[in-house]
Amino acid sequence: MIPYLEKRAGHSQTMVYISPFIALGLTLLGGIMLFSLLGKSPAQAMHAFFVAPLTSLYGWAELGVKASPLVLIGVALSIGFRAGVWNIGAEGQLTLGAICGGCVALWLYRVDSVFVLPLMMIGGILGGMFWASIPAFLKTRFNANEILTSLMLTYVALLLLSLLVHGPLRDPDGFNFPESRIFHDTASLPIILDGTRLHLGAVFALIAVGGIWLLLSKSLIGFQVKVIGQAPAAGRHAGFSVNRIIWFTLLLGGGLAGLAGMFEVSGPIGQLLPSISPGYGFTAIIVAFVGRLHPVGSLFAGLLIALSYLGGENAQITLNLPIAVTGVFQGMLLFFLLACDVLIRYRIRFKSVSGLRHG
Amino acid sequence: MVDVLIPAMITIITASTPLVYAALGEMITEKSGVLNLGVEGMMLMGAVTGFIAVTQTSSVTLGILVAMLAGAGMSLVFAALVLGLQATQVATGLALTIFGIGLSALIGQGLVGVAYEGIPKLPIPLLSDIPFIGPILFEHDILVYGSFVITVLLSWFLRKTRAGLILRAVGDSHDAAHAIGYPVIRIRCLAILFGGAMAGIAGGYLSLAYSPLWIENMSAGRGWIALALVVFATWRPGRVFFGAYLFGGITILQLHAQAMGAGVPSQVMSMLPYVATIMVLVLISRDRKKIKMNSPACIGQPFHPSS
Amino acid sequence: MIRNKLNMLAAGTRKLSTVLVALLVAVTGAGVHADGHGHGPKVGFIYVGPTGDHGWTYRHDIGRQSLESELGVETTFVESVPEGADAERVIRQLVTSGHELIFTTSFGYMNPTNKVAKDFPDVKFEHATGYKRESDNVSTYSARFYEGRAVIGTIAGHMSKTGVVGYIASFPIPEVIRGINSFTLAMRKVNPDAVVRVVWVNTWYDPGKEGDAAKALIDQGADIIAQHTDSPAALQVAEDRGVYAFGQASDMSQFAPNAHLTSIVNNWDPYYIERTKAVKDGTWTQVDTWNGIREGMVSFSPYGDVVPANVRAAADAVKEGIASGAMHPFDGPFNNQAGDQVIGAGEHLDDGVLLGMDYYVEGVEGDLPG
Repeated sequence: MIPYLEKRAGHSQTMVYISPFIALGLTLLGGIMLFSLLGKSPAQAMHAFFVAPLTSLYGWAELGVKASPLVLIGVALSIGFRAGVWNIGAEGQLTLGAICGGCVALWLYRVDSVFVLPLMMIGGILGGMFWASIPAFLKTRFNANEILTSLMLTYVALLLLSLLVHGPLRDPDGFNFPESRIFHDTASLPIILDGTRLHLGAVFALIAVGGIWLLLSKSLIGFQVKVIGQAPAAGRHAGFSVNRIIWFTLLLGGGLAGLAGMFEVSGPIGQLLPSISPGYGFTAIIVAFVGRLHPVGSLFAGLLIALSYLGGENAQITLNLPIAVTGVFQGMLLFFLLACDVLIRYRIRFKSVSGLRHG
Repeated sequence: MVDVLIPAMITIITASTPLVYAALGEMITEKSGVLNLGVEGMMLMGAVTGFIAVTQTSSVTLGILVAMLAGAGMSLVFAALVLGLQATQVATGLALTIFGIGLSALIGQGLVGVAYEGIPKLPIPLLSDIPFIGPILFEHDILVYGSFVITVLLSWFLRKTRAGLILRAVGDSHDAAHAIGYPVIRIRCLAILFGGAMAGIAGGYLSLAYSPLWIENMSAGRGWIALALVVFATWRPGRVFFGAYLFGGITILQLHAQAMGAGVPSQVMSMLPYVATIMVLVLISRDRKKIKMNSPACIGQPFHPSS
Repeated sequence: MIRNKLNMLAAGTRKLSTVLVALLVAVTGAGVHADGHGHGPKVGFIYVGPTGDHGWTYRHDIGRQSLESELGVETTFVESVPEGADAERVIRQLVTSGHELIFTTSFGYMNPTNKVAKDFPDVKFEHATGYKRESDNVSTYSARFYEGRAVIGTIAGHMSKTGVVGYIASFPIPEVIRGINSFTLAMRKVNPDAVVRVVWVNTWYDPGKEGDAAKALIDQGADIIAQHTDSPAALQVAEDRGVYAFGQASDMSQFAPNAHLTSIVNNWDPYYIERTKAVKDGTWTQVDTWNGIREGMVSFSPYGDVVPANVRAAADAVKEGIASGAMHPFDGPFNNQAGDQVIGAGEHLDDGVLLGMDYYVEGVEGDLPG
């Protein structure tokens, strides 16, 4: 008996919802094998990864804190990926957003006004958009591939942040250590759940999910994005401007990534540091795809991947599992999630060896 | 001047060699129409397994072979997912990187503090005696020579051989290639395996020759640079080589400039290789037609024979 | 036929989900209750890198291990915790999982440590390399690594023939600048014409890049390499090129048997043991510790065979002088890079100035970045 894939006539609506659970089930089985192999109790490990982080209100709030930037960037990127615009430099755009938002906060350090926070948000968005506009310009004007330019600009952005934090943006009372002043309360994101760190950014992540859903399903540009992505020739024939789509998707991705960066520094971090994001801009690419480039999918994918990070920390604390194991486990989880999506468009069939030749 | 220039050139060559391997491998994978973003993970697996093999058996050949196999093994996981199960290539590649970083760290846990003197240099008789050129080009280890040879070989393979043409055909239009009767999936699988093996060698070069030791995450982002270089090179082996040396060269030159006391912030200096790569890409990207000719049109798209 | 298969699939899915639910229940039921079976407080550590980094984090983890073997207490570590939003959560998790003493071992954890400490007055916090102690339950500790650099600077002054020493630096923070200056001052006491050339690699560990920086410095005439980065790559390059080098953080002699002069070894073990004992005995109080050679927090690996007896004697004299307080690495008079006198004879820089040091002394070539 040899398994093979047979294309379904259409998408299986059932599988759209069931396949993630199948993937989770497989991860559970794989995890049991992995952790038994490492001499740990699989039950305890699974508990540490998926249950223990969520046994308190604080844990749920932290899930929101961790997932917010992933979701915010993930939904924004998914639009670009649908249109075939490969912005893989969201990490750099996030960093520029953090720098610009942070600069506004430091510039208005002595200003006690309700306008500080909105200005920081605008600064963050503009910073991210500016950084994304470089690949957009180079792509539309010089045909330079955005995979390279956006990735290279990420490294430039990280070095720029390092330059600023080690130099002009240092805390004047901070013994020349590489960190800015701690932002004033007026420049700090409001907490939406008392006693936790869940901040306004989570609300914006949800708004982004809804907004981009509407954009994709109702707006002309959303329609154009889908057409250009699926049938570029048809799109061009219909008179859609490819350049316009490139600019739109890159600016949208950059803007939201920049906003996410500003939220990080204004929210849970509270100052500018040499390292702001543990790779949210890259992880968000996975979030977008695991979410099947759908806004709501990105929301769930962002939450699940955020949970796996919290779980990894927790497994280190309660089970002394080294972080390397978390990487292996996360990789496995992602493999299963991505693999099981095959069931939406295909069904698994079995054939006897003699039937192989029809393959 | 010459006594600075020669060692500086040698340093540039060693810094560029891992990029050449990883980028050439990825280029072949991409030529077949598959984008594998897992280079960093495959490199790390090559680095750790190669290092273990060499320190356990002290056989250089075995070390390189094991690194190669580990890279290929990782890419096999990728192939099974994207070819067998139609998983999204971009995300699967990223997941492979996460997996590889974790697995290599897990495997290498006991290797902290283990020292190895590095694979031997093999000066080529006569040639290495040529003044200036000799020490720069002909006093290296086997992997550096290998990177020269494989660049030429791949260039020839893609342009002159039937198999190279088939590979390009599969990457340009899998449906057409399938219709003619080429086994698209099998060809792609081989291309992915080749890319994995090359990434494995690149990782092996890091832990066996470049800085012969194992430290978690020692590739430090070189896999990503290799990915960018494929795009930079517009999928041509000669340009991959040029791009790797451009990047490696500027990285080394900025270190030299710092050592000479250039009054520029080091962060700005460190930006130079990235900025220069972007600038050169802009210069060479203007000719749309030529780029289109070399870029695999089907890249990233899944293929199923029934469609 | 097709419907039949579909039904089977559906049934299969149902079966699978039943199994899954059962598994989940089993799993969630099996709560983890790590009850402290050790003798004494549970001690938590958070690390900025992986324990296998062979440098900073590795040495902290050695300290944790000797704490475990010495006192038999239960310890926990969380590695590779980014210095950003994640740190606060991890510290808090360590608290809520019953840790009574928590060491946060990187500068970037300073503000999260203080923030969490305010909420948990009964838990003791120890933050490495920072300066903020906002509540009574936060101590800070660091090592005077610059003392160690005065010792290796002395050795470099004796051993360098070209009078050019290469220094691989990570980031332009006071800690690193202080080390460069201390090294340079000590070296020029021996050889007033010697200079230090610095290459900043903008990373704490990237073996390839550290090695390349070493090569660049050697190509520019350096015959000794010092480093303030974590990996042994630079030593391997020195071995290969036939020049000398110093190890960093741990004994790196095995990587360069001929080139290795000595390594400055970060020795956190005694401090971790002492502070844990204090918590156990209930005598823990807030301190600001900045220990050096005298207390053994800064220690050294044995000298390499190539270091001649007179150089060993000179280096030992510096060690003893610093340990006894008879000398200070920043004893005046000395000038800054521009040639202006920083401090006169008979005085030395105080800790406050050292803490925020942001200029080069005379003898360092190149501009300070940032």
